[in-house]
Amino acid sequence: MMTETALRPPEPQTMAPVSYRVRSRTVENADSVTLCLEPVSAALTPPAPGEFNMLYAFGVGEVAISVSGDRSCADGTITHTIRSVGAVSAALCAAEPGSTIGVRGPFGTTWGLAEAAGRDLVIVAGGVGLAPLRPVVLGALADRDRYGHVVLIAGSRAQRDFLYAGELADWQTDPRLEVHLTVDVPIQGWAGETGFVTEPLRRLSLDPRRTTAFLCGPEAMMRFGAQALLEKGIAAEDIRVSLERNMQCGAGWCGHCQLGPLLLCRDGPVVGYDIARPLLEVGEL
Amino acid sequence: MTHARTPLWVDDHVVTNDPAVIDGLHHLIDELRGRGYRVVGPTLGDNAIVLDELAGADDLPYGWGVDVGPGTYRLRRREDKAAFGHSAGPQSWKQFVHPQRQQVWSSDADADGAEARQPQAFVGMRGCDLAALGVLDRVLAGGAHPDGSYTGRRDGAFIVSVNCTEPGGLCFCSSMGTGPSCGPGYDLALTERLEGDTVSYLVEVGSAAGAEVLAAIPHRLAEPSESRCAADEVAAAAEKMGRQMPDMDLRALLNDSRESPHWQVVADRCLTCGNCTMVCPTCFCTSVSDVTDLTGEHAERWMEWASCFELDFTFIHDGPVRTSGASRYRHWLTHKLSTWHDQFGSSGCVGCGRCIAWCPPGIDITEEMATLAALADGGDDD
Repeated sequence: MMTETALRPPEPQTMAPVSYRVRSRTVENADSVTLCLEPVSAALTPPAPGEFNMLYAFGVGEVAISVSGDRSCADGTITHTIRSVGAVSAALCAAEPGSTIGVRGPFGTTWGLAEAAGRDLVIVAGGVGLAPLRPVVLGALADRDRYGHVVLIAGSRAQRDFLYAGELADWQTDPRLEVHLTVDVPIQGWAGETGFVTEPLRRLSLDPRRTTAFLCGPEAMMRFGAQALLEKGIAAEDIRVSLERNMQCGAGWCGHCQLGPLLLCRDGPVVGYDIARPLLEVGEL
Repeated sequence: MTHARTPLWVDDHVVTNDPAVIDGLHHLIDELRGRGYRVVGPTLGDNAIVLDELAGADDLPYGWGVDVGPGTYRLRRREDKAAFGHSAGPQSWKQFVHPQRQQVWSSDADADGAEARQPQAFVGMRGCDLAALGVLDRVLAGGAHPDGSYTGRRDGAFIVSVNCTEPGGLCFCSSMGTGPSCGPGYDLALTERLEGDTVSYLVEVGSAAGAEVLAAIPHRLAEPSESRCAADEVAAAAEKMGRQMPDMDLRALLNDSRESPHWQVVADRCLTCGNCTMVCPTCFCTSVSDVTDLTGEHAERWMEWASCFELDFTFIHDGPVRTSGASRYRHWLTHKLSTWHDQFGSSGCVGCGRCIAWCPPGIDITEEMATLAALADGGDDD
């Protein structure tokens, strides 16, 4: 007997990487780079903000990396910001312009920015968590009239560790955006705020009925950030978090990315906090 | 046995789907081989009933049964000549549709090099294992990205299932609703009838392909009494299950038991060896690895079975998410019986009992669920 999908064409290519050439490589800080990738021949579906691709360093391996690029670039390029934390991400970070890497995707859920039209946006990023949120900021600025008040809170270890330093400087002076930057370690004449992202977050005055929040960073940061938002009366379903688990296939077959009832490659990475909260509260789930 | 009969068509004419009787399995297996199928079924090997390619019906394990218990599996001689007088063995059919290790990409393979595969015929699949195949269909072929390697092996497979009349000591398919009679999905379903030294098989047709094969081999229509007796024997098997799951909402019980102290009690016995996941007919998890040859110019990508009991299964850059044995056992059991419903729309357990037999310390999924149920009901953990 046949499976129900027997009439669908088989997809032997799901696990096959598609070649992309590194068009540009920008060193963001001591451990992260941004790669702008252009297709060598066939192009993948352009990823939407929040979605991720599996990036392959030839012969070394694959990792899941959220898209960090501007979707309004219609030139077929894909932009990813990668932090070097292991063998594969180190090899990807070292990829020079002109070299080729493999890409599969896009996979996963989006931030759902369009559904937040007409609402105030609170974007909270910790460390490299700013990368998946950059397309949200760019998307909101590109279509600024569709949204109410837009706040970006970004934290990092020290001033020199912020991603997109040039853009952040521009955004700080952009009247369309309220920006709060905070660091853990105030060195070399840092004149801004020191402490966790929850501190500027707690000071915000928000209208809970018309605010949508987007959080990405270390899991503890997202939990404390979401808690601060809940205390302001924001509904859990209006808080969206991007979660990380081991991902190996992206297609829902390998089972590694499970978080309770979720397959994060399919039901995530972006999840409503109403769903994520009870799962993140259980240790080692 | 309980499924409504609908007419079947072969080449524009309706064929009978009344139960038939065949006297042996030689003609059936020869016919399937003649039609080009690679016929796989139970056979004797390595002091167990294993699944392997059958050259003919003589390869079936006539007269062999098994005794199973927690952490125990032993062959035993039967008094009769039953070919299917044994409960689940150490392997499941998943290895034939979802191989233990396979190459999924190579840097120098040609882009559309889909290999032609010999179609497979699975002979002797129990209701539990047929249900397990349905579970794998939903997981590997039912999502947005069907696994082409799986559908390539699965589509066109001919299934001869066998209704169960003699459950084993670890069987609980009737608790899980997957047996002892075979659910939909078979091409032909057999009921093995033992009368003294003679063995015959009642045959029910489940598909046009099944009707065609039956039409091509010697058979006669079953007497109503034969059909009735076979149905009674299968129905009686439901009362002879060696194990049973607590009759309650298992999903809710596990959802409410995430913080139960009982997980640590199980973890004190669990070796986190992963045997349960290897023998489980529905455990589908895999790991992907990228390798090169010594020149570094030729790269391959391999996918192989993985187990959620491996420490690095949940590795992210900080380290693994599930470090404790308790969290890994909780994950496996909760996935199987609860979150599988959320992810794939059914339970991941079919009640075959393999995980109990092949667990070195003999941890019993039905017993642990009963304990969790008792604890939720206010009882004490022992």
